[in-house]
Amino acid sequence: MSASLRHARFVRITHWLTTIAVFALLLSGVELVLSHPRFYWGEAGNVNTPALFSIPVPSSRGTVPTGYGFVLPDQNGWSRYLHFQSAWLVLFTGLVYLVAGLRTGHFRRELVPAAADRSWRALRTAIAGHLRFTASAFGDPWSYNALQRISYLVIVFVLFPLVIWTGLAMAPGFTAVFPLAVTALGGRQSPRTLHFLVTIALVLFTIVHVTMIVLAGFRSRVGAMITGTAEKRQ
Amino acid sequence: MTNLTRRALVASGVAAAGAAVGAALTAASRRFGLVPPDAGGFYGPGETLAYASHRLFGRHALAREFPRRTISAKPFANAIAPPTEAFKRHQAANFATWRLTVHGLVERPARLSLAELRTMGARSQITEVVCEEGWSYVAEWTGTPLSMVLHASGVHPAARYLVYYSSDPEWWESIDIDEALHPQTLLAWGMNGAELPVPFGGPLRLRVPRQLGYKSVKFVNRLVLTDSLDEFGSGTGQSAANDGYAWYAGI
Repeated sequence: MSASLRHARFVRITHWLTTIAVFALLLSGVELVLSHPRFYWGEAGNVNTPALFSIPVPSSRGTVPTGYGFVLPDQNGWSRYLHFQSAWLVLFTGLVYLVAGLRTGHFRRELVPAAADRSWRALRTAIAGHLRFTASAFGDPWSYNALQRISYLVIVFVLFPLVIWTGLAMAPGFTAVFPLAVTALGGRQSPRTLHFLVTIALVLFTIVHVTMIVLAGFRSRVGAMITGTAEKRQ
Repeated sequence: MTNLTRRALVASGVAAAGAAVGAALTAASRRFGLVPPDAGGFYGPGETLAYASHRLFGRHALAREFPRRTISAKPFANAIAPPTEAFKRHQAANFATWRLTVHGLVERPARLSLAELRTMGARSQITEVVCEEGWSYVAEWTGTPLSMVLHASGVHPAARYLVYYSSDPEWWESIDIDEALHPQTLLAWGMNGAELPVPFGGPLRLRVPRQLGYKSVKFVNRLVLTDSLDEFGSGTGQSAANDGYAWYAGI
């Protein structure tokens, strides 16, 4: 790894592999939700039981009461295949990223906020800068500010592990081996609901992430994540 | 030797070693039953990883069972195909005429009535039916463990799959022999302390609680033991493949 690179090679490769996998997961995941756009909490839940909440979309199943007078075509076959294959890609990519990140000190250097920035005051300044779209708040192409660092840490160490855990907790073959994965969440419907909510959080992050890249300079930021090089530090 | 040719040499060496390891893994996987019938094609790697990891780490793992108070007050039967004329005749006879045929790679092919099935042994278990769509319910299932029927029929050691059929001609499935002999795989004829209602698969449903609902075929009337799925649904081993569904449904 060259010291003159903004993003190490392992960061760039795992970033784009994750991008591809998450896009496939989201596409297939939206499709899968359509077969039962109702969510529950606890062990069991079906159309005979009250929903915790439901999404006002048409369904690909005639047995789901949606209020729409039509039923969408069933796309769950390929959606399930694509979802699980992409989940393996995310899992392996995540493991490579985690091991390489620990070995190279990537998390400590790039993502853990500097000691001086670990204060509410520093965080407030960063948030205010972002809200005012001040270029200096997110304009340093060579380093992330405290808010960016905390966001990435939450994505990497909270939301991705959660979405993987709740996904696995829905698989009956998996929970036969690791029942704690689902009992710890209070039953099988809870991880399904959490999986959906964590996905919403990941989508919101992605929207903000891409917006910030556009504001900071799409070509230079995306270029840096492809080639590893960034413009000189001011 | 220049760097470039050295690199090419190392790369081709790694590629050759990789190919050899890959071929050995494939052979071993097939031998130990780690490759699903839909392992070919674009989604083959994901399916194989899921099936192989479940078989490596949980071949004998038990599906969760639940306390009685967890039983769903309002289970959901899901839509079922309109019954055939033959099914209606069995229903009119209160299923006294229902027969379960067992054939294929068995020493003693059998044709069992529900009464005969009941005398072979019974087990009750409170497990969850989970649909691939996402909904679920918990119920107590009573039936004859499939393993008892298979042992009584004398399964040939070469048998690797069980293919099972229903009075619904559009719904048939297969599972590997480990799933078939698994203690929780049940030929269920009772539900929540009563006879298994027709909407839930009565008179006989094969409950496979470690896999999703589409593997728990309703109105089961025929079991076939085979060493290969090649002759069943063009190698897919299930009706669900017509709608693009995966063979292994433990995920």
